[in-house]
Amino acid sequence: MDALRLDGNAAAGTLQQVFTTEVTTAVGTCGGCGATDAVGAAHVYVSAGIVLRCPHCDTVLLRLVQHEERIWLDLTGLRSLALRV
Amino acid sequence: MATVAEIRPETPRVKTLALDVPGWAGHRGGQHVDVRLTAEDGYQAQRSYSIASAANAARVELTVEGLEDGEVSPYLTSVARAGDQFEIRGPIGGYFVWNADPGGPVLLVGGGSGVVPLMAMARQRAADGDAVPTRLLYSSRSWEDVIYRDELEGLSGDGFRVVHTLTREQPPGWTGYARRVDAEMLTQVAPSDLALAFVCGPTPFVEAVASTLVQLGHDPAKVRTERFGPTGG
Repeated sequence: MDALRLDGNAAAGTLQQVFTTEVTTAVGTCGGCGATDAVGAAHVYVSAGIVLRCPHCDTVLLRLVQHEERIWLDLTGLRSLALRV
Repeated sequence: MATVAEIRPETPRVKTLALDVPGWAGHRGGQHVDVRLTAEDGYQAQRSYSIASAANAARVELTVEGLEDGEVSPYLTSVARAGDQFEIRGPIGGYFVWNADPGGPVLLVGGGSGVVPLMAMARQRAADGDAVPTRLLYSSRSWEDVIYRDELEGLSGDGFRVVHTLTREQPPGWTGYARRVDAEMLTQVAPSDLALAFVCGPTPFVEAVASTLVQLGHDPAKVRTERFGPTGG
């Protein structure tokens, strides 16, 4: 148990800016274990930026840092993401 | 921009802010907004708050617990007055939201102010006349800490049932649960043919309840969680 752990819901507002659509119901495939799950089910850690981890294997799926008008996004651990537009 | 229309105390530590938001296109029970405050020097603080009101309510209501070391909640619960304005973004989220046709009974489990998005679901269920059998298991420290106490009483019936547990202090003659949510309690309260569970509260509460539901044999995919963590203020 990590007290700082939140859910995909906590990252939804920021991610919605990037993807311009609702993100928590989007289904991602983990690049680590291949599991597919809703972004809302991912484990989220928020500090200076946002980190999403796979709820099944803990692989880092997404890292996001926002500074002023610029967002930096690392999606290395996310094999795919299916969004409803 | 949201304008504070009215502030109502719910419990000694919790207040509801009713907001006028021009152009608000409605929302679904369980969704949240991001509130952003900007100081005179440009410093910004942003936090997420669940929407408490039903989708058809005239105003957007947020129910907020004041946290002593918080950056945003002390403003919302102690400083804000009717007429004040702040920035909100939303409604946000589609995963932790009420589903009127889940294919079976629904269990809502709330710890403390984690009841807020669940209340929005209960209000939406009542407003829409949904028939989904729904149980709310609601853990509070004491009877005076129970948010929406009278309204929950009024919503009971028509397939909606509230079960309280009071973890620290119980009123004289209390015959309900008086301990933290555990496996025995969830076995008694959760329907065996559970279609969907929504669990919201502080992170340790949510972890404990969600893992216990899974241990009791419920499908992890049917257990949706919203943790607000210790830094939620």
